[in-house]
Amino acid sequence: MHAHSSVSNMKTQLRLRILVKQALPWVVPISLLIVWQWASSAGILPSRFLPAPRAVLRSFFELSASGELWLHVRVSTMRALAGFAVGGGLGLLLGLLTGSLRWAETLLDTTIQMVRNIPPLALIPLVILWFGIDESAKLFLVALGVFFPVYINTFHGIRSVDRGLLEMGRTYGLSGWPLYREIILPGALPSILVGVRFSLGLMWVILIVAETISARSGIGYMTMNAREFMQTDVMVVGILLYAILGKLADLLAKGLERYWLRWNPAYQTVR
Amino acid sequence: MSVICSSREIAEDQRCSRGVSVGIKSVSIAFSGRTVLENFDIEISAGEFVAIVGRSGCGKSTLLRSVVGLETPQAGTITLGSVADYVAKTSGKPDIRVMFQDSRLLPWRRILPNVMLGLEPALIPRARKVLAQVGLAERANDWPATLSGGQRQRVALARALVHDPNLLLLDEPLGSLDALTRIEMQQLIEDVWRSRGFTAMLVTHDVAEAISLADRVILIEGGRVALDEVVNIPRPRTRGSARFAALEERILGRVLQRRPVF
Repeated sequence: MHAHSSVSNMKTQLRLRILVKQALPWVVPISLLIVWQWASSAGILPSRFLPAPRAVLRSFFELSASGELWLHVRVSTMRALAGFAVGGGLGLLLGLLTGSLRWAETLLDTTIQMVRNIPPLALIPLVILWFGIDESAKLFLVALGVFFPVYINTFHGIRSVDRGLLEMGRTYGLSGWPLYREIILPGALPSILVGVRFSLGLMWVILIVAETISARSGIGYMTMNAREFMQTDVMVVGILLYAILGKLADLLAKGLERYWLRWNPAYQTVR
Repeated sequence: MSVICSSREIAEDQRCSRGVSVGIKSVSIAFSGRTVLENFDIEISAGEFVAIVGRSGCGKSTLLRSVVGLETPQAGTITLGSVADYVAKTSGKPDIRVMFQDSRLLPWRRILPNVMLGLEPALIPRARKVLAQVGLAERANDWPATLSGGQRQRVALARALVHDPNLLLLDEPLGSLDALTRIEMQQLIEDVWRSRGFTAMLVTHDVAEAISLADRVILIEGGRVALDEVVNIPRPRTRGSARFAALEERILGRVLQRRPVF
């Protein structure tokens, strides 16, 4: 009787400890939110400086009800993904090429490393001159930005494939495409995915800047437009949207890692 | 398709052996000026189990790697005998497989696909059979990372055996295993060698392992054959026997005799 109650007591304690552990990371952000709302209501924080959380929420619902928000989100997402597809695809192809063929490395790698040192955003004046403030300008900037992380990590991944496995593959008669498919590509994949994950983060950063400087639609445009009318609530909605989209992109990359690298013990535990 | 003989059949009928002979004639190999093997000669007959021992860096692994073509000798020839007609594969080339010190399984393929490496999907039943032979049938769908070192080496052995090799090269395959697993693996290797009759070349630094498995123990020293000893102990061999101990003592003595002094 006594032993039983102490066991159930321990169980309750354990459950409580787990609950506290899960709640702990949220304590700081929620307190901040409460302080923010209180400061706004009390008039300490003027709304032209920073709107109240309630106002941000209201403006989010208004914008999404009118459909304006989703239009901008869709435009921005399309730009980001198109730029990522072009830049990441090229980075992957060229990385595979220079990683696999010595002559391709000799021919291209020096040039690529030189161009890599130019921050893509430094090209904005030139890009506006070339493409105007058209879609192609943003596509170009995003593609250029995501190209390098994918390229470098693909190259590095191919070069660091386990020599022992390559040797083993050759003694099993693998060469050409089968060797590539069975050993080289899967061996390079962890490194390639690191590049992809890094690129997905960079993709939003570049798009934000590009859209803020010159655009007729998209989240960046919405935010800059709101500035003209001192709509701080809309500006904060835009900023939070970027945070959410960035997080979604990161979750996508993590999901890819967990699926493609499920053979690797380092990726088997769900965290 | 393939002929798998029982040990009794081998004893009664030498033709049942699917091993090939290996002739290594005046082979010299040097790495950036440092001579590893010099004017090296050995003859291995079909179906023979030869162990090659020597100190680390004596060139025993290099010898094995040159047989399978992973190293190219600067001089000399390595010739493989032809396989008896009725077991020859369509290509006519003898099938050589290597077992390395590390299992070299593909970490991104499950166990069965690892055993199937380089095989057509139609041969899945055969791969399963060989996997069962090494005692890992129930691990077919696991990732290599979840297996122990000994289990991984058994998968590597299965991967080599599924091709029904004419020559199996073993490059210190048990070097990183614990003592008990080693003895278990030695028995497994001896069993499959006896039942299939391939030619085997085992590189090892463990003299007792060499004596318990091989028909002949070759000691390499200074890039040459220093000792070529036929092991005349009936199988299965017990390590405790006097003849075993005497032979081990003799070979070990020979290895230690010329210890370089600096």
